[in-house]
Amino acid sequence: MRGTFIKTLCELAERDKRVVLLTGDLGFTVLEQFRDRFPTRFYNVGVAEQNMVGLATGLAEAGLIPFCYSIGTFASLRPFEFIRNGPVLHHLPVRIVGLGAGFEYGTAGITHYSLEDIGVLRTQPGLDIVAPADFEQTRSALLQTWDVAAPVYYRLGKDDRSTMPGLEGRFALGQAQTVREGDDLLILTCGPISLEVARAAAELAERERVESKVVVVASISPAPEQDLVDALQRHRLALTVETHNVNGGLGSLVAETIADHGLATKLVRLAVREGTGGRSGSAAHMYARHGLDRAGIVSAVQRLLAAAGS
Amino acid sequence: MNPSHADYAHSVRTLILQQSRRAYVGHIGSAMAIADIVSLLYDRVLKAQDPDDPDRDRVVLSKGHAALALYCALHLNGYITASDLDTYCGDDSLLGVHPEPELKGVDFATGSLGQGLSVGAGAALAARIQGSKRRVFVVNSDAECNEGSIWEAVMFAGHHKLSNLVSIVDMNAQQAFGYTRDVIDMEPMAEKWRAFGWDVHEVDGHDVDAMEQSVKGLNFKSGPPHVMLARTTFGRGVSYMESEIKWHYLPIDEELYRQALQEIEVLRR
Repeated sequence: MRGTFIKTLCELAERDKRVVLLTGDLGFTVLEQFRDRFPTRFYNVGVAEQNMVGLATGLAEAGLIPFCYSIGTFASLRPFEFIRNGPVLHHLPVRIVGLGAGFEYGTAGITHYSLEDIGVLRTQPGLDIVAPADFEQTRSALLQTWDVAAPVYYRLGKDDRSTMPGLEGRFALGQAQTVREGDDLLILTCGPISLEVARAAAELAERERVESKVVVVASISPAPEQDLVDALQRHRLALTVETHNVNGGLGSLVAETIADHGLATKLVRLAVREGTGGRSGSAAHMYARHGLDRAGIVSAVQRLLAAAGS
Repeated sequence: MNPSHADYAHSVRTLILQQSRRAYVGHIGSAMAIADIVSLLYDRVLKAQDPDDPDRDRVVLSKGHAALALYCALHLNGYITASDLDTYCGDDSLLGVHPEPELKGVDFATGSLGQGLSVGAGAALAARIQGSKRRVFVVNSDAECNEGSIWEAVMFAGHHKLSNLVSIVDMNAQQAFGYTRDVIDMEPMAEKWRAFGWDVHEVDGHDVDAMEQSVKGLNFKSGPPHVMLARTTFGRGVSYMESEIKWHYLPIDEELYRQALQEIEVLRR
C-alpha cells in the first residue's frame, strides 16, 4: 500500500506543483523516488512530528497540498493538537499519512502499533479518514481525495501485492463497498485486516454454509452512513473486525449508527480489547493473539450465531 | 481612525484599556507588553495587508492570549469596525481572548502556546517554494519557549535558512504563575537562538523607531532566519500593572481604568 501510495503521489506531483511531501525522518527505501524526482518539494523535517504538521499548516494556507508522512502513531498522536488547531480548525488541505495500520510494525512492539489513530482523529469535525483495505483501493482512494478541500488522514499498511477479493479497487468518500453478499450475517471491516475477513467469510461459506455479507468501510470519515444503515437494516447480526482498540474505531462507528437510527441489529465488535503485555511478534502472530486472524473471526461468527440461536 | 506614527502605539494602548474595561476581562498586561511590537508590524513593517492578497506578509500571533492588541491594530487599519471591536469577549463574538481565522485579518488561530513558530516556518517555506517575496512575522514570548515544539521549529528554520522568517520574542520576563527566571530560566536566550543558526537581534521592545530600523536592516533574501529578542515590560505604561504577576489574569475596575488611561499619556510622544 505504501509503495502504491508513493508511486501514485509521484504521478500527482508530476501534474500538480502544489503537492509537497514532508516526512518525519521515515520512509527509507520508500520515499526516495519522490525525493529524487521532486527535490524542491521534498523535506525530511527530522524527527519532529509536531513541527511537521505546523509546517504543513503554513504551507497549506498558502495554497500548497502538503503530505506529512510517518508511522501512524507518530503521525496522529504526537501532533494531535497541531492537527486540531491547524488543518482542522483552518479547514486546510493537509494530508497526514500514517503507516502501519494496527499491528503491521509487528516486532517493533506497542509504541509502533496504530491502535488509537482512528478513534482519536474521528473526534475531529471535517477531517476525512481513509483506511484502505488493499493497494488497489489505496490508489483509487488517493486519486479521489488528494486535492479535496478537507484535511485527510490516510491509514496505510505495507502490503503492495495482496488484493481484497471482490473489491477491485473501488472507493468513494462517504460510501462503503460490498465485496461479498450473504444473508446470515453482516461483517464490516477496514484496512489490511480485511483480507483475513475475506478468508474467514470464504471458510464459513465453504465449511458451514454460513453466508456473510462483507462490507469494506474505507471511508471512515465522512462515514458512509446511508450504506451502513441500509446494510444494518437487512441483517439481524453484525460483526465489525478491525486492528484498532475496541473503543473509537469502526466498531464504535457502527454502534453509533445503530443507536442513532434506532436499529435492532445485534453487533459484536471484534477488535483489540487488551494491552500487549509487553509481547510483540509478527503481525500475523498479533492478529492470532488478539483473535483477529481468520480462525479468530470464524469462531467469533460461530459464537455470535450460537448466541442468536441461528 | 488612522493615527500618525507617533500616536499609533498610544491608540493601541488606549483601545486595549477601553476594551478590557468594557468587557471586564484580563490578559491586559500581556497585551500592553506587545502594544509597541504590534504597532511596529501593523503601522510600519507589513507591506501588503489586504487579507485577500495571497502575497501579503503573514503574521502569526503565537502568544495568542494577547490578541486584543492585534484586534486594536486591525481596527486602526480598517479591518475591524468599531462596533465589531466592541463585541470583544461578548457572546457569539468573533473576537475572543484568542484569535481565530474566521475573523478577517487573522491569518492563523493561536492560543495553544508553542504552535505558531512551526506554522510561521511553514508559511515562510511556502513563500520560498512559490517564489514569493512575502515575509512572515511570528510574535512569540519568552515563556512560550518552554514548549519543546518551539525548538523543533527553531531547528528547522535555522537548518533551511528561512531568511523570510522573523520571530519577535516578547521578553516580558513573566508568565501566568511566576517570573520566567523562577519558573524555567530561559536565559541566555540570545545564545540559544544563535546556537541554532539564527540571526539574533536584541532590541528594546518599546522603542518602535529602533525596532523599525532593525527590521529594515534584515536580509530577507538569503541567510538565516531572524529573531528579535524584544525586552518589554509586562503591563507597560500602567504603574500598578508593570511586572506584577496578577495582571496576567485580573480585569480592571473603573478607578484603575481611569488611572491607567492617565498614566499611558506619559508614553505619548
